[in-house]
Amino acid sequence: MMTSIPNPEILLSARDLTVRFGGVLAVNKVSFDVKRGEVFTLIGPNGAGKTTVFNLISRIYNPTAGTLSYEGRNLAEVAPSRIATLGIARTFQNIELFEHATVLQNLLIGRHVHRRTSMWSDMLFLPAVRDAERQTRRKVEEVIDLLELQHYRDQLVAGLPYGVRKVVELARALATEPKLLLLDEPSSGLNVEETGDMAFWIQDIQRDLGITILMVEHDMGLVSKVSDRVLAMNQGEVLALGTPGEVQSNAAVIEAYLGTVDDVASLRRQAAPVHAGGMA
Amino acid sequence: MRFIFKTSYDQDINLARHNGQRLWYGLLGLVALAAPWVLPEYWLAQLTFIYIYATVGVGLMLLAGFTGQFSIGHAAFMGVGAYAEAYLAARGWPFPLAMATSVALSGAVGVVVGLPALRVKGLYLGIATLSFGFIVEEIMARWESVTGGSAGRAVVAPAIGDWKVNSSEGFYLLCLVCVALSTLLVMNLLRSPTGRAFVAMRDSEISAQSMGITLSVYKSMSFAISAALAGLGGALYAHKMQFISPEQFSIVQSIDLLLMVVVGGLGSVHGAFLGAAFLIGMPQLISLGKDFLPPVIGQAAGLQGVVYGVILIAFVMLEPMGIYGRWLKVRTWLELYPFYRRGMFKRQKTFQKSDRLK
Repeated sequence: MMTSIPNPEILLSARDLTVRFGGVLAVNKVSFDVKRGEVFTLIGPNGAGKTTVFNLISRIYNPTAGTLSYEGRNLAEVAPSRIATLGIARTFQNIELFEHATVLQNLLIGRHVHRRTSMWSDMLFLPAVRDAERQTRRKVEEVIDLLELQHYRDQLVAGLPYGVRKVVELARALATEPKLLLLDEPSSGLNVEETGDMAFWIQDIQRDLGITILMVEHDMGLVSKVSDRVLAMNQGEVLALGTPGEVQSNAAVIEAYLGTVDDVASLRRQAAPVHAGGMA
Repeated sequence: MRFIFKTSYDQDINLARHNGQRLWYGLLGLVALAAPWVLPEYWLAQLTFIYIYATVGVGLMLLAGFTGQFSIGHAAFMGVGAYAEAYLAARGWPFPLAMATSVALSGAVGVVVGLPALRVKGLYLGIATLSFGFIVEEIMARWESVTGGSAGRAVVAPAIGDWKVNSSEGFYLLCLVCVALSTLLVMNLLRSPTGRAFVAMRDSEISAQSMGITLSVYKSMSFAISAALAGLGGALYAHKMQFISPEQFSIVQSIDLLLMVVVGGLGSVHGAFLGAAFLIGMPQLISLGKDFLPPVIGQAAGLQGVVYGVILIAFVMLEPMGIYGRWLKVRTWLELYPFYRRGMFKRQKTFQKSDRLK
């Protein structure tokens, strides 16, 4: 077993993480460490358990077994709404924005973990609340500048195109000033140009803001461009861990995505008689 | 068309967006203050009722329109406030203290009723609050030493010692102060982190939670504030009616309150006021219309219920944003004339979750 001396270089560490939904083993004994300042990517076919790992970190699910520790603290002991206060922010695969609010309001809600005023002072709108609001706004404007959202500031999210919503969600996560940013398929639904922008922003966030990123992604171009390390999963289990190049050339990973050479050959053989019959 | 040139963040923080708003709301305030000396007795009483219902409406709007939690038992909170006020006023408490106590009591009951809201959503929350309404109505009918039972009880005029507010003008001004203060408090909440947390929970609970919003705390808070304002409205209502009985706070009243915020326009503070005006004005309009209808329909019992039902269905189908939503369209048409395009406000299904505000 692991000794619990926290290594300062490691921000998040998963040990033998297991989740079972009824008879389905969604995640099976997955262990990995995310180092401070790196971009760590989870890849794998659909149903590999990547998003489940995300939901474990944000405490939407509880692990059946195994531990997750963040800065040496066991996440199982943290209430779901306290996760954000620890400096973990996330985006969602299907976008979970506040639809009937403007982009600006969405980002202001992102600053919720930094609120210092109480309900009573809010009600009376004391000068301290106004000061806090100005401060909050300044921070939000920094994020708006970084992600070039000035044009959409006062628009309702409900009227925005998909690509912009993706960026707004990233901006909202950034507004919390996280130490660890969880991105669930940041490029899904984006066109080539938008994916290119996303790659630049992820690099900016990592290098300029020094935020550690844990990402689930399918676009291998984006993965190889921004990731420091990649973890490949299939059916809830770890296949390979290493640099993007190493993982992409790993035999087990290729098998998970394409099947083995034998599989492909046998598929051809099975198909052949039918094909010949059809011809005759 | 007005274009606002923004040069400071305070322009987004202030309640008034521009000087035009300051002017118009200032004028509205002056008119409201001058009303007792201008309006005849009957209209003043109607206006007083509008303020009382608007006080309750602003609270229910915060809960239903901004936090997304529906309560089909809101009249019960009014009842708690009304009976507490009647009881304390009869014991000679000065009215500011009695009203503050009634409001606090309603708020406390709100927290207790808010507890099921932490577990259930939507229709199930509606049923939970509905049954709460029945329980309170039953208590009001049975606890005769305090409430006077089904026979009801008389309510004395608000007083501090020997000084009494027994003129209708004086009571009108009291209601005006109460509704103005409640609206101001709610508007302040809505422009601050607390109000934004409410809106966040309405639109996506999972996301609100991942932004660090403790759902249980903020839901209870919303229920408490909403119930407290209903209690304040109830206290004023008790004084205005001078007589209260349990059936005034029954399910019918709760449905009226819900009708008020939906017809007024969910998700806007204006909607609470427009809805209150609708609720008070409608019975007059119906009785005016009776003369033009054939006697079989005009004199039928339950005409009002049918008309309310039809109007509610019409609003839900044709104008989900209520009277306020309709006003916004009219205003835009006027501002843009002659450049208004048809379909400018057409609701679009741009993405799977666009219409989640149900």
